[in-house]
Amino acid sequence: MRPFSYQRASDPDMAVQALGAAAAANDPLTKAAAQPLAGGTTLIDLMKLDVMRPTAIVDISPLAQAWSAIAPGGDGLRLGALAKMSDVAAHAEIQRSYPVIADSLKLAASAQLRNMATLGGNVMQRTRCNYFRDVSYENCNKRNPGSGCAAMDGVNRMHAVLGTSDQCIATYPGDFAQALIALDAMVEVTGKAGTRSMPFAQLHKRPGSTPDIETALQPGELISAFSIQGRWPRSVYLKARDRQSYEFALSSAAIALDIQDGTIRDARVALGGVATVPWRAREAEALLKGQKFDDGLPQRVADAAFADARGRRHNSFKIALGKRVVARALQQAVTMEI
Amino acid sequence: MTAAAPAPKANLGQPVPRYDAAAKVMGRATYASDMPLDNPAYAFLVTSAIAKGRIDRFELDDAKRVRGVIDIVTHENAPKLKESKLFSNGGYAGTTIQPLKSAEIAHDGQIIAVVVAESYEAAREAANRVKVSYSAAAPSATFDSPGTTAAAAKGQNSQFKEDPKVGDFAKAFDAAEVKLSVSYETPTQHHNPMELFTTSCAWMGDNLVIYEGSQYVYGLKNGVAEQLGIDADKVRVVNPYVGGGFGSRGSMTPRTAIIAAIAKRLNRPIKLVPTRDQGFTIATYRAETRHEIRLGASRDGRLVALRHEGAEVSSRPDAYCVGGTKTTTRLYACPNVDSLVSIVRADRNTPGFMRSPPEVPYLFALESALDELAVKLNMDPVELRRINDATRDPIDGKPYTSRSLMACFDEAAKAFGWSQRSPQPKSMSDGDWLIGYGCAATCYPTQMAPSAARVRLQRDGRTRVEIAGHEIGTGAYTVIAQTAAERLGVPLEKVAVFMGDSDLPPAPVAGGSNSTASTCSAVMMVCDQIRQRLFKALMPNDSLADKAKETVGISPAPSTQAAKGDRSLDIEKAFDALGVGVVEEYGEWKPEGAPLDSFRAMHNGQVRLVGGHQMKDQIAYAFGAEFVEVRVNRFTHEIRCPRLVGAFAAGRIMNPRTARSQLMGGLIWGMSSALLEATEIDERNARYVNDNLADYLVPVNADVPGVEVIMLSEQDDHINPVGAKGLGELANVGTNAAICNAIYHATGQRIRKLPVRLENIEL
Ligand SMILES: Cc1cc2nc3c(=O)[nH]c(=O)nc-3n(C[C@H](O)[C@H](O)[C@H](O)COP(=O)(O)OP(=O)(O)OC[C@H]3O[C@@H](n4cnc5c(N)ncnc54)[C@H](O)[C@@H]3O)c2cc1C
Ligand code: SF4
Repeated sequence: MRPFSYQRASDPDMAVQALGAAAAANDPLTKAAAQPLAGGTTLIDLMKLDVMRPTAIVDISPLAQAWSAIAPGGDGLRLGALAKMSDVAAHAEIQRSYPVIADSLKLAASAQLRNMATLGGNVMQRTRCNYFRDVSYENCNKRNPGSGCAAMDGVNRMHAVLGTSDQCIATYPGDFAQALIALDAMVEVTGKAGTRSMPFAQLHKRPGSTPDIETALQPGELISAFSIQGRWPRSVYLKARDRQSYEFALSSAAIALDIQDGTIRDARVALGGVATVPWRAREAEALLKGQKFDDGLPQRVADAAFADARGRRHNSFKIALGKRVVARALQQAVTMEI
Repeated sequence: MTAAAPAPKANLGQPVPRYDAAAKVMGRATYASDMPLDNPAYAFLVTSAIAKGRIDRFELDDAKRVRGVIDIVTHENAPKLKESKLFSNGGYAGTTIQPLKSAEIAHDGQIIAVVVAESYEAAREAANRVKVSYSAAAPSATFDSPGTTAAAAKGQNSQFKEDPKVGDFAKAFDAAEVKLSVSYETPTQHHNPMELFTTSCAWMGDNLVIYEGSQYVYGLKNGVAEQLGIDADKVRVVNPYVGGGFGSRGSMTPRTAIIAAIAKRLNRPIKLVPTRDQGFTIATYRAETRHEIRLGASRDGRLVALRHEGAEVSSRPDAYCVGGTKTTTRLYACPNVDSLVSIVRADRNTPGFMRSPPEVPYLFALESALDELAVKLNMDPVELRRINDATRDPIDGKPYTSRSLMACFDEAAKAFGWSQRSPQPKSMSDGDWLIGYGCAATCYPTQMAPSAARVRLQRDGRTRVEIAGHEIGTGAYTVIAQTAAERLGVPLEKVAVFMGDSDLPPAPVAGGSNSTASTCSAVMMVCDQIRQRLFKALMPNDSLADKAKETVGISPAPSTQAAKGDRSLDIEKAFDALGVGVVEEYGEWKPEGAPLDSFRAMHNGQVRLVGGHQMKDQIAYAFGAEFVEVRVNRFTHEIRCPRLVGAFAAGRIMNPRTARSQLMGGLIWGMSSALLEATEIDERNARYVNDNLADYLVPVNADVPGVEVIMLSEQDDHINPVGAKGLGELANVGTNAAICNAIYHATGQRIRKLPVRLENIEL
């Protein structure tokens, strides 16, 4: 850990100012000199590991009053970026109308972490790639652009099989983001020029040739809220992992269905633990829309979801696993009582 | 009585609460790094990013500019230290790789610099700013890596004396009606005790005090003195509480003498708190192992031939090995036995003890193979063990001092509901989950070592016991206090116990599960010396030979229980007769068969363990049986273990509450070892990858919904005066095999490599 200055944000403007002021031109957000601090469960860890070395911290937790709404309404849902994971997971209306959201949060991390961590921080959490998190490894394109990728031919059991590039195969580790992307969430961003909205699907960037650029946010921009249209009571989050709790997904699926008279009117399939970014499996969704459920459907959908997957030495199992997780989650979504 | 404090059965002591419970729960227990120091400087380690090669250059300017930095010590300016031999070669060290001696790098994460600063934060920041240029060479990481060398353990490790054999294995195996030939593998594991590998060193003139979590304060004191080239009496090691050891603090690590020498040079106390990931490379670990097992049996299940070949990884300079064939060749009756242990040298740090070092990997192999044999024979695995139960050591023919293996199987089977098992694999399920039941035997040698103790009794019954034993969380304070209270006939609340300080009378290493037997035997003996003095005062004319023997319990075996049939002693009357205020006795106890140099070695910090198969006319082991229920998800293949049931017999159970806790922790660790724990090695560079507690997986509460511990009554009058067999390392042995056996039952799939992960399951 290195010395840094600490400021508490008094209001959104001040936070945005403080974050923007320290930003040098061309710095990707991940390297920006000033970083917002929410629950700190990702940021402080990475600072202790010397992976992130901000010189200024802007604590945005004082904005919680304005930014922590949990507001399900007639036409949809609004979630403030500073709402705590635990509060959202425990909210009765979220559990009823958006089980995929409640479960993705409840099955993440530990109770202690969920009490600290915010939704905004959660979607911005960074990969758990061991070579990224250990600065004694030189070769990490995400941390040291152009240095190579130690994971590519190293220990890569936890790494991604979808959305990878020859520069980086790091998994996006979070759970909640799969629920957001599945439900076509919008993300509200507050910056110098005020507030803008964009599809959540556009927030995360695949690694491509710039793995150090992880999101569409610029230094000085903050996530202030997420919003979702409609209700999705027929939705599930299934997560496969090495232990029963407190562990990242080896593979997960967020599924949301709208079934009317036995016909699947709308279908959403998102994958976690297997891709470099929150992953929407649109090819799989296409196979579901307008169809009636049959016993072979889950397998066809699962195959489509992983058609482009590419495994490496230790993570190839994720392809077969991911397919079974999608198929099972789909069966659960179809048969769940709502 | 509750589950946590089981009702005493025959030969079980009282389940009194832990002596140190309140202090620990209230945060009053001071661990080594909690000890206040006067104006300390703080050290932070820099460790190597390569496993083999040389340091070309340090760039320290940036680091030195950090405000508060006092010194940066590298091989170029480090204090010179003397070498210490490996503990098994008459030294104290857990590794002979001595960092900061030269530019050479011998393993990943080797200490290459120590930054000393006015604060922990400054030291850490400066350490982050140290830049190192290396000339890296290609290291050999593990088995099969190019450049490793393999050779038989015998002849290179002085503690591995013989590859046990008997009869004619080859001929018997050839002729056997049923044969099995299988290989198994276990991974690298790290102890990860909660307490980090901290060290604080403070000099007062020529005298050094070391605060460090240690499982052997006498070993550490003597070892550091040797490395510093000073008289051992000038070194004192203090650690009233140890935040978990599991073997990792049994022998001296290189950090201590380095920090002591730097503190001397700076003339200031130094406190070192390394990080969790540094703990993976600056201390020891359980090395990966491989096994070839061959079993030959008659069709009715009698073993006629058994061969166990084991291979273990060690470092280039040190031939560490655990050699568990000493146990696996003796567990079952078999007339033709052969074995071989070899050591594979790689560019790694030297491995070391980790809870049940020999038994964990070697019994995993044997107990899995036995289950495979039971399948081949179409026989219940419990019955197969019954048929081959031994009363004598099959290698040397010596009788077991006591052996309750099958009684444990029967009790555990009953509690578990083994009879509900339908033997066919894949035949039991519950919704999405396939269910498997599995079992295995567990055992651990009964060991003892010489120990001293000092006991002081006051007229009002207040008692002070002093012994340089170690509270590593096992309940050592509690059972020592119980022993003294019982033996002197004073209330438990009046007994104060002082441990974890090398200025106290020497006790052996808290390892090999010998502590309770050794320290309590010593305390018992010294209490008897006190009783004897008091008795003499009361009955000066009676000869000790007659009455005293029954009335003060000073005879050795077989009265292994406290004061059996004794008359209680009127302490106040005896004090009045003596005319003194305090009676204090010091004594040195050694087990039968201890070598001649035992007491000298004890004071010099060298352990002389006896027991197990090395007793003269007998062989002594504790036994148990473990049953597990495993569930495997049909879709995700996730493996969970909802139930662990173990029955154990270990002679006298001094305190069923603390014993249960040990056994329960053992079962849980065994499950963890089977399903979760493995240190991943990047073979390209021989470096550990998941060196943190988020990625080195251990169970969380949700993984352990049900554990049941059953303690059987067993009386053994042949082992030591207290009649106790060590059980700290008993329960985590059999679990590995029991889990794999249950996975086979659930899925029909035999998995021979640990840990078992969901990708290993094919349905
Ligand atoms: C041991 C462990 C296990 C875990 N397991 C899981 C798991 O199973 N599943 C899972 O999903 N997560 C898991 N997590 C991750 C955890 O959920 C995240 O660390 C947490 O959600 C981050 O939220 P925070 O508020 O603490 O973020 P912070 O650490 O405060 O911030 C994280 C990042 O986001 C930035 N940031 C914070 N708020 C905003 C905002 N409003 N706008 C823009 N940028 C912002 C920060 O600058 C920082 O870079 C685990 C974490 C740990 C330590
Ligand atoms: S996978 Fe990405 S984060 Fe991991 S080492 Fe490679 S470049 Fe770095």
